[in-house]
Amino acid sequence: MCGDICVVVETLRGQVAEITYVMLAAGRQLAQGLKTKLTAVLLGQGVQKLADTLGAADRVAVLEHPALAEFNPDAYLTALAAVFAGRTPRVILCGHTAMGTDLACGLARRLKLPVATSCRTFAIEGPDATFAALTCGGKLIAAGRLPDPSCVATVMAGGYKADAGKVAKTPPIETLPVPAGLDAVRTRFKQYIEPPAGDVDIAKQPILVSVGRGVQNKDNIALAEELAKALGGVVSGSRPVIDQVWLPSTRLVGKSGKQVKPKLYLALGISGAPEHAEGMRDAELIVAINRDEKAPIFGFAHFGAAVDVLELIPALTARVKQA
Amino acid sequence: MDIVVLCKFVPDLVEDLEIDASTHLLDRNFLRLMPNELDDHALEEALLLKERHGGTVTVVTVDAGDVDEALYTAAAKGADRVVKIVGEGLDQGLSSQRLAALFAQAAGEWPHDLILTGTQAVDDLDGFAGALVAARLGMPYVGYVTKVASENGAVVARKEYPGGLNADIEIVGQAVLGIQSAEKPPRYVVTSKVMAAMKSVTIEEFEAGDAQADLELPITGMAVPQSAAHAEMIVGSVTEVAEKLAKLLRERGLVA
Repeated sequence: MCGDICVVVETLRGQVAEITYVMLAAGRQLAQGLKTKLTAVLLGQGVQKLADTLGAADRVAVLEHPALAEFNPDAYLTALAAVFAGRTPRVILCGHTAMGTDLACGLARRLKLPVATSCRTFAIEGPDATFAALTCGGKLIAAGRLPDPSCVATVMAGGYKADAGKVAKTPPIETLPVPAGLDAVRTRFKQYIEPPAGDVDIAKQPILVSVGRGVQNKDNIALAEELAKALGGVVSGSRPVIDQVWLPSTRLVGKSGKQVKPKLYLALGISGAPEHAEGMRDAELIVAINRDEKAPIFGFAHFGAAVDVLELIPALTARVKQA
Repeated sequence: MDIVVLCKFVPDLVEDLEIDASTHLLDRNFLRLMPNELDDHALEEALLLKERHGGTVTVVTVDAGDVDEALYTAAAKGADRVVKIVGEGLDQGLSSQRLAALFAQAAGEWPHDLILTGTQAVDDLDGFAGALVAARLGMPYVGYVTKVASENGAVVARKEYPGGLNADIEIVGQAVLGIQSAEKPPRYVVTSKVMAAMKSVTIEEFEAGDAQADLELPITGMAVPQSAAHAEMIVGSVTEVAEKLAKLLRERGLVA
């Protein structure tokens, strides 16, 4: 593992999460450029069979223990710190996700390494490995060097296609010894809370009228509802709208909500932060309305207009009804 | 339950962000700073816990931006103590590592069963303040938390996963929690209460001292992303844009 690019595999309920393949694609590029190996580190209980799905790696290091059966922050951190102690991998990649971000900083601190977060792409420039990370809601991109001899980085979706990290090959497996301390961790997985049922599934809707902070208040959601009705679609939203309880959590599009691919995604007053883009950038047609013409959403929408959404929504509803 | 809430100020993204030609980094000279939105959720969750279980809420921030008003607002909402970390150069944009060093040093000065902060901030590049504070203090960390409960002497943090799935994680002893959203939208407080807090509340000051960051991440430059594609912009008045959009949707078969 010394000098390797190491990917911390993410699993949820016995399945490998898609971000793992994004990391494997990124890791493969780094490993090739730095002429080193790509190792996938797989933690869990009864997970060794998943190694077959990690063919992009040169080998899979597996650590199994009952405390790792479901994601448990302190147990995973204790295990990873023991796995990497004294091994100096060139880069340890974690997902820029609910799990990966719980681990990256603590792991880096325990190993006395710097950490680079929200990395989207990597490159090899001469002797250096570099990263590009999105910051300030996607309005800026920061570039830097991945410090040697070792560092931790979190990887965001969007820079590499997950398919590039899926290789049909059975890599060699190394079983890692169980480190001390896993029975004495201070966090414990208790239970899953299933998503609320009963609402429409926005992932199955062909037309989404999606609202963001730009709609300003709860009363204006009715304007979007009317437009959605005229278009035969439903209303969804970005994080601030859900957090303000202007829409139920079942309507959240993005990293922590639903991934959607509708025929039409009408983004109203949504800036297009990376967390939101992750959930909707594969929509067939994205039309964005935002008064800020520098909003990141115009970087990946197909059509856009920099006008006031609250003025546009009723005007568009009227035109659609006429049609 | 005694809770310390860590708050930071971040660039206001509504403003234009400029790159300094000499440093190639974000130009901070005319930057407007605002409280990190997720920290406001952390404060709300702390206040909800205090209402349910008693205890104290201490809000700690770094002296950068218009922090006094934010601290008085926190006091008006129900925080028991408000603390400002003061020192040289704190308004020049702190790395997460430096911020965590300051927070970790300060948090120990006030009673805390829990430390809450926003799970991340829009300008994080070298880690997340809460996770780094936990690592420095040797406390467990759980991020993406949307609800905190106290059950039989243990804390249960509800952690958010994609697709609306959540998991309850039980924590024994002190912990740092990164809050993604509070159980309720952050409370609003009327200006008169903030004004009253300005008269009655004293902002405590904590000297930054020599808490230095280590494990720094070299950032060589920043730029406005130049995406290969850009949306085709529809121009004109609102009426004209609505007209053109309706026509576009009709052509695509999206409107009958």
